[in-house]
This record gives sequence, C-alpha cells and structure tokens, in this order.
Amino acid sequence: MYILITYDVSTETEAGKKRLRKVAQVCKDFGQRVQKSVFECSVNEAQFEQLKHRLLQCIDEKSDSLRIYRLREPAKKYIQEYGVNLTIDFDAPLVL
Amino acid sequence: MHILLNTLYLMTPRTLVRLDHETVKIEVEGELKMQIPLHHLGSIVCFGDVTLTTPLIMRCAEDKRLIVFHDQHGRFKARVEGPVSGNVFLRHAQHEALSDSKKTTAIARNIVAGKIRNTRQVVLRGAREADNEDDRKALQETARELAHGLDALSRSPDLEQIRGIEGNAARHYFATLDRMVRVNREAFKITHRNRRPPLDRMNALLSYIYALLLNDCLSAAEGVGLDPQIGYLHVLRSGRPALALDLMEEFRAILADRLALTLVNRRQIDERDFVERPGGAVHINDNARKEIAIAYQKRKQEEVLHPVLNRKVPLGLVPHIQARLLARVLRGDAEEYLPFMYR
Repeated sequence: MYILITYDVSTETEAGKKRLRKVAQVCKDFGQRVQKSVFECSVNEAQFEQLKHRLLQCIDEKSDSLRIYRLREPAKKYIQEYGVNLTIDFDAPLVL
Repeated sequence: MHILLNTLYLMTPRTLVRLDHETVKIEVEGELKMQIPLHHLGSIVCFGDVTLTTPLIMRCAEDKRLIVFHDQHGRFKARVEGPVSGNVFLRHAQHEALSDSKKTTAIARNIVAGKIRNTRQVVLRGAREADNEDDRKALQETARELAHGLDALSRSPDLEQIRGIEGNAARHYFATLDRMVRVNREAFKITHRNRRPPLDRMNALLSYIYALLLNDCLSAAEGVGLDPQIGYLHVLRSGRPALALDLMEEFRAILADRLALTLVNRRQIDERDFVERPGGAVHINDNARKEIAIAYQKRKQEEVLHPVLNRKVPLGLVPHIQARLLARVLRGDAEEYLPFMYR
C-alpha cells in the first residue's frame, strides 16, 4: 500500500531535535522524502505495522504530531506533482 | 503471494554503494544519487567499476538479496551468497532425481517442449508480421521445423536425444532469427549463436540480455530453496548454474529474443551502440547497456496469463512460479513439470 507520512516535531529542546532526526531516519528506511517533513512510502501490511511502531517509539505524543494517510492507488494516477520534484519511483526500473 | 521485487542495476563507473540504516545509499564520486529502502530491492546487479561496502554485502547475504558482479562487458564474474539454507529435504530430492533417469528425462523433456513451443510462438508472430513473402516463407519453414522437433520430442526416450532435438531446433531458429529484424537488417545479421565472445551485434545483444535473465532465474531457484547448480537438461559442471539455465530455457525466446528484436525494430538500439574489438569480438557500449536494462525491467512488469495458475502475473515473476512448480515435482507433490506456455 501507498502511504503518506507528515510530522511536526517540536525542536525547542535538544531532545526534540534528536527526535526529529530519528523520525526522519525511520521514514527514510521505508520510503522517500518528498518535502521537508513529508514522506511517501510503499509498504506491505507487515512493514506498515513496523513503520508505525517505530515512529510511535520516536515521537513524544505530548508535543509532537504525526499523521499517516493512506493514498489511493495506483499512486501514479492519483498523485500530481508540480514544481521541483526529485523523487524516484522505486517500482520503476532502477538503473544508474 | 510473492511480489516482484525490484532489481537495482549499477553501471556507472566509480559508484560507491553503502548501507545506511535500512536503506541503500548510492554515491557517484561523492555525490548522493539515490537512496532506496532495502525492502524494495530483490537484487543488486553491478557492472564494472562499482564498489559495495562490506556491511551492505553482509546485510544482503543475510536477507537473501542477490548481489551479482559483472565486468564492464556484462560478463558474469561473481555472486554473493549467504549460508546455504532452504529446505534440506527439497535439495535432497533434487539430488535424488538426478540419479533417477526417468524423472530427469521427464523434466528435461518438458523444459525443452516449453522452450520449443514458446520459440515457435515467437517465430509465428514474426511470420505474421513479416514485410515480404520471402521472410514469411522462411519463418514458416522454421516454425514447421520446430513443430517437427516437438513431435520428435514426445517419442524420444533418452536425455541425449532430447538435448539433440533442442540443439537442432535452436540451430534452425537462429538461422532465420534475423528475418524478424525489420530495420537495419544488414547491421544485425545473425547466422548462428556464438558467444565468449559474441562475434556480431545480434549475438552481443542476446548474450547481454541472457545474462540479465540468468540472474533472475538464479534468484528464482534460490528463492524456492533449490540448489541452482543441480540441473537436469544441462550437464553438471563446476561453477555452472545448471538449474538456473534449465529454468531459463522457456523464457529465452519470449523474454530475451523478443526484447532484442523490439529494441532493434524500434531503433532504440542501432549499430552505433556497438564497438568491434580486435579479434572480432563485439561489445555493447555503456549507454545502450542502460537502455537495454531499463527495457528489460519494463518487459518484466508486463502482465501475462499463467495457464497453470490461471491468473495474470507480471512476466518477471514467472521464473519464480516455475521454480516453485519444479520444486513440487521434485518433492513428489505433483506428477509432472508443466513448462510455462506463452499465450
């Protein structure tokens, strides 16, 4: 399934900055950054649970916000991109 | 159901690939080019001067993601394998079938039958699309020869005969393969199959696509837990992935040859994409290599009807399905190996 993750992590403290880096890293492990705190991930059910679990471990639910949206598929058909986009379709041929 | 994992092809010289948490980071001369989560990748295929770090190699071996190294000309050099695992009973059955000539012959016969039948489909399509009467006749003649081969196959009792029929069919097929080239035919002449090194452009093209296909068949065999070196149609030889070569036979014409013809006919590849080396060897240049790998990946994503499962699957998944069907036969869960019949 194709999901969109957005987050706001309060960075007022050192601990907050650390949480922000952690959240970003977890997102990177499962998908790719499309905007500063926005990630798109293509995962199966098991990976989705893992992803959610790891994200919830990182954030502080008192001060941070995390939103996960499930995107309609096929993603290619329903996502429109404008402006500067440097995303890679991980299901397309990967040749470098 | 297994999903078709992507293959990462690395062909740019001086590429460094590292493991970063759960992702693969690809850098060319210090510049980050791509970062891909591991879970998208089934295999990493490298050509020429590409460096993978040890942590990445170890992680892939652990996860059973295939890593293959080729030289810059596309010739296979090495493959990274983790510890042997998979089902020991399956591998035992695989070895046992080797000494059971009835079983071996039955499997080999059906593999060759699938190969010849699929090849014939390609030839018949070529005949339908031929631009002139000469080509059509020649291709129809080849189709007839292949039909004879199929007929002889059903009556042949031993492995040597089956191998003979296969060789014969292949010879007829390659003799008229270039009748299906519709543009630039002079440049893509081919009279017979040659390799190590390939001596003409069409052979160079085929050799390269076969190398890509072989990697996929290898990972299909390993994915099911089969020993890729114990084959039935192909003679055992040290270091030779006989089973992967067996699996590959059904797909050569429909996946590789057809792709080569399409690339030439659509002028995605032309004679400028090749270099001739002293001694007559013909090589494909780097740009064309990339183009071909992309086209090959796209072809694998096309959906086909699998007649045994009676459902649509991506073509790239069919070697995995066939490996599973073969495993069933070896275990004794199925009577007969049913090759993949295209359309």
